[in-house]
Amino acid sequence: MITFEGVTKRYPGGTVALDDVSLDCPTGRITVFVGTSGGGKTTALRTINRMVEPTSGRVLIDGQDVRERKPAELRRGIGYVIQHAGLFPHRTILNNITTVPDLVGWNKKKARDRALELMERVGLEPAMAKRYPFQLSGGQQQRVGVARALAADPPIMLMDEPFSAVDPVVRAELQDEFLRLQDELHKTIVFVTHDIDEAIKLGDRIAVFQTGGKLVQLDSPENLLAHPADDFVAGFIGQNRGIRTLSFAATDGLRLSDEAVRPASADAAEAAGPEWVLVVDDDRRPLGWARTAEAAGPLGEARLSPVGPTFQVGTDSVRVALDAAVLSPSGLAVGVDDSGAVVGTAAGTDLLTVPTHGTRDGTDADDDAPTLSKEGG
Amino acid sequence: MDIDWGWIGEHTDTLSEHALIHLRLALLPVVFGLVISLPLGVLCRRWGWLYPPTLTIANILYAIPSLALFMIFIQYTGLTASTVMIPLTLYSLSVLVPNVVDGLASVSEPVRQAATAMGFGPLRRLMRVELPIAVPIVIAGTRVAAVSSISLVAVGQLIGQGGLGYDIIRGYQLQFQTQIVAATVLIVLLALVTDAILVTVQRLLTPWARARVKS
Repeated sequence: MITFEGVTKRYPGGTVALDDVSLDCPTGRITVFVGTSGGGKTTALRTINRMVEPTSGRVLIDGQDVRERKPAELRRGIGYVIQHAGLFPHRTILNNITTVPDLVGWNKKKARDRALELMERVGLEPAMAKRYPFQLSGGQQQRVGVARALAADPPIMLMDEPFSAVDPVVRAELQDEFLRLQDELHKTIVFVTHDIDEAIKLGDRIAVFQTGGKLVQLDSPENLLAHPADDFVAGFIGQNRGIRTLSFAATDGLRLSDEAVRPASADAAEAAGPEWVLVVDDDRRPLGWARTAEAAGPLGEARLSPVGPTFQVGTDSVRVALDAAVLSPSGLAVGVDDSGAVVGTAAGTDLLTVPTHGTRDGTDADDDAPTLSKEGG
Repeated sequence: MDIDWGWIGEHTDTLSEHALIHLRLALLPVVFGLVISLPLGVLCRRWGWLYPPTLTIANILYAIPSLALFMIFIQYTGLTASTVMIPLTLYSLSVLVPNVVDGLASVSEPVRQAATAMGFGPLRRLMRVELPIAVPIVIAGTRVAAVSSISLVAVGQLIGQGGLGYDIIRGYQLQFQTQIVAATVLIVLLALVTDAILVTVQRLLTPWARARVKS
């Protein structure tokens, strides 16, 4: 755990970069420092590895004041990733990644093997090992930056706007992979960003900094969205706070209905009832939507509207489900299990009354459905 | 212009001997210049206030005619090679010091920060990150210094230490054009070959710089 105790940083000119900041960054979790520029979030990050020394207060790692350790030695035990990756242009990708292992004296073979393993982990081709940074795209460089920070397996990672300089598509990709990586590695991560959406997506805890280096709120993403501490935080979070809260509502408690689900073999005449029915195959995979008033004969041969986006029950959030409902021709969101088989449907309004616990209709039928694809397919 | 090819054929030994002396007189000062410029450039980079006066002094030295410098150093080192090489060393500083400083300045802030954050101490960071990254720009300066030094050395013949400068002055005294032309062409060739070697060294030493520094 990283602990800030009344940390203040005042520069000679009188500028206050950090104003009496106290907070904990729990072990194995991602704590995001977010705020406007000049809010002191990067300064706060740098007090952890002593790249900035506080004017008063102290920073502790697992109870030990960082000032009790030599800066260079302290830093070798803390991974560091920055915005433009900061790769060493004169070193190959491999040698960039082995920087810290080399510094702490690993033997060459071990460092090399570790680098190749990490390259694979962060999604880089082994062939890139011999290339130089200028031969890589921004996104690839950032992956190398992450691999380099992880090389000596430090328990702590400091990340200063690591994904800010890449385009939105690559950024989303890097964020997803970062979360996947963290699921395996459980590092204690402090992540600085000015992007509140990134903070909400990545953070287990979010610390909001205000100009002048004040910590205004330290909370879970859900609570931050639902209960911003003041107008500054509410303004910083921006529009659609309510809808965004649904990103944290799980779909496994949803009541899903089988009422509008029909096998392809069913006759349109029997389908009477709802205006739209979801036609599924023998494995309960969705084929499309049929408008009952227009269809005649077997539903499998009727003209079907595309299923559109679906949501995976238990994995996707209510926000994803709501999005699926809005985009569905029937106004019903289609919930599928991890094999892609339909669990049931829910109307948009049902999604907004999320029970904390409940049983799903169709669960039993679903359990019997044969699973054709492999796990996660 | 009549070139006496026969004379050249008979004098390849003396000409190549003079060429070797010429190279030694020209390039040792560049090596000394590098030895002085590297620490000086590092200091100028660390303490920025040091740079303007250092550069001014180096430029003033460069502005002093070589002849005048020879006269000054003759009092201490006599009619020796040192009297030629010391001024040439001083001249090289006006090119090499700014190149070392620029080379170090070419290390981007993220790279510097990353190095610090990875746990490089100041000395290790200098030796293993900053100086290696400065190499292409330092070599670019070395090329200029080497070529100008090769051309300047000939003047040293005024105090009897000029390498191929001897053949130029001797050819003038004897009104023998062939010797002048041969020596001049050789000096130009030495400069071109030296430059080509430095370019090759730079390519081999810094394959990573091909995209960034035009050579």
